[in-house]
Amino acid sequence: MAQNMGEDGRFGLDRRTKLLGPVRLDSGVQFAPVEFAYETYGELNGDKSNAILICHALTGDQYVASTHPRTGKPGWWTRLVGEGKPVDPARHCIICINVLGSCMGSSGPASFDPGTGEPYAMEFPVITIADMVRAQAILLDHLGIERLACVIGGSMGGMQALTWASLFPDRVQSAIVIASTARHSAQNIAFHEVGRQAIMADPHWQGGNYYGSVDQPDAGLAVARMAAHITYLSEEGLTQKFGRQLQDRETKTFGFDADFQVESYLRHQGLSFVERFDANSYLYITRAMDYYDLAEEHGGALAKAFQGTRTRFCLVSFDSDWLYPTIESKRVVQALNAAGAAASFVELSSPFGHDAFLLEAPEMNRIVDGFLKAGGL
Amino acid sequence: MNGLRPDLAAIAAHVREGARVLDVGCGDGALMAALRDQKGIDARGMELDATNVANAVTRGLAVVQGDADTDLADYPDNSFDYAILSQTLQTTRRPDLVLDQLLRIGKQAFVSFPNFAQWKIRFAHMFGGRMPVTKQLPHRWYDTPNIHHVTIDDFKSFVKERGYTIEGEWYLTGEKQRGAAMANLLAEHAVFLLRR
Repeated sequence: MAQNMGEDGRFGLDRRTKLLGPVRLDSGVQFAPVEFAYETYGELNGDKSNAILICHALTGDQYVASTHPRTGKPGWWTRLVGEGKPVDPARHCIICINVLGSCMGSSGPASFDPGTGEPYAMEFPVITIADMVRAQAILLDHLGIERLACVIGGSMGGMQALTWASLFPDRVQSAIVIASTARHSAQNIAFHEVGRQAIMADPHWQGGNYYGSVDQPDAGLAVARMAAHITYLSEEGLTQKFGRQLQDRETKTFGFDADFQVESYLRHQGLSFVERFDANSYLYITRAMDYYDLAEEHGGALAKAFQGTRTRFCLVSFDSDWLYPTIESKRVVQALNAAGAAASFVELSSPFGHDAFLLEAPEMNRIVDGFLKAGGL
Repeated sequence: MNGLRPDLAAIAAHVREGARVLDVGCGDGALMAALRDQKGIDARGMELDATNVANAVTRGLAVVQGDADTDLADYPDNSFDYAILSQTLQTTRRPDLVLDQLLRIGKQAFVSFPNFAQWKIRFAHMFGGRMPVTKQLPHRWYDTPNIHHVTIDDFKSFVKERGYTIEGEWYLTGEKQRGAAMANLLAEHAVFLLRR
């Protein structure tokens, strides 16, 4: 018997709630109260055994399978989540929560600090991936969901899925970790630092206090996005899509316009990004990712993060992903093997680099579907 | 163990119930599924081919994509009761080192392989003067994955050299098991159970 959730205001699209918390942050700060923006799809069944948490990536949001209110675009993972898809509201109760530190309704630097009545800006505490997960656990408590049948995430969402399984092994029956890693590498940190410096070098950033100002750090944020976007693609993908083709012109202009299609594309990516994202959130979330190293608090032994776990794991990587390459997934698999966990792993072939997990990937869908169904979902 | 390849059926018949099993080169997980369904064994697998891994995952099996030559080092000592290597030994770059890994990870190891000294193969070689192409070994010399052909006698003397103990041996011709007499000449396949 499915519970009738039609009248339960905690469930549905575009939910907002403020909870007392506190979230005990890794920095030592007790953060409270905590605002949450989230969506649920499908109904929780009678024994609450069909809850699936989808964790979003750096610039993602809770609109995993519904239209984004600012851009009007369809949900960011409709290829995997939706009617007739592997994660299906007809069978599953799907939850997607805007992460702590983000800017789509959950507490972040753009939220109002109840202490001052002003936006937190850089007074917002520095957060970690584990902090995001602890916050999500508070919301799930509020929803009355003790156990997750599966936590699914790609990229930073995969980091959260691994962290969920490590922090709350009894609450996570299975985890699907796609195009992700258990730690940020020097190269990962380096690219993020370029983005942060681009934002902070923009005079309109104003030390983070640009809320309510006419001048916004759009230029810096756009450059940060452009640099990051390159890391989401592959050389093969860029060559296939753009090559050296010129943008709406026959010859080079001997100037610094966007002569090449790839330049025009990146500029567009940068400009459209600032319409939907907050620069300070970008600083905080990239920091959280850089601080991420699941083995760190276990003396460098990643296996200890999963010792004795009964969670089933499924990891997927893509061969052209150089942001979180296959070797990082294999490190996790090695640790899971050492911990005796039930783990599956496959490297899929795609020309699309890191972004492959968000694009058409029939084999990824087949694996997710098979893995969930094999778990009785 | 109906429907299993004969060497896999021989292995499945001799695995203890409830044992911890790693199937190296598990293909689409046929043996693992049989062990789970018929002996309550929560087996783990390793397989090189991504499509096979995906097929195994959709059967609810825990299989990781990996290469026996390089990725067995990732498993801790004694983490399994049995490590199984069926029809994969002859495809590895260093069968000797793979066997060492199997018996480091598993307390015991099942190894099955096609016998390159079986009389049909000897005949084909002797009278044809060409690399044998048979039902068991259908590839030609240039496209074969079987880069280290081995005979039953080779394998036995290698096991002895390495100081391992043979705890069981089964010989197959077609679907049928046969005795150990003249196995090196007559058997198409061999299955060995080894321990350190």
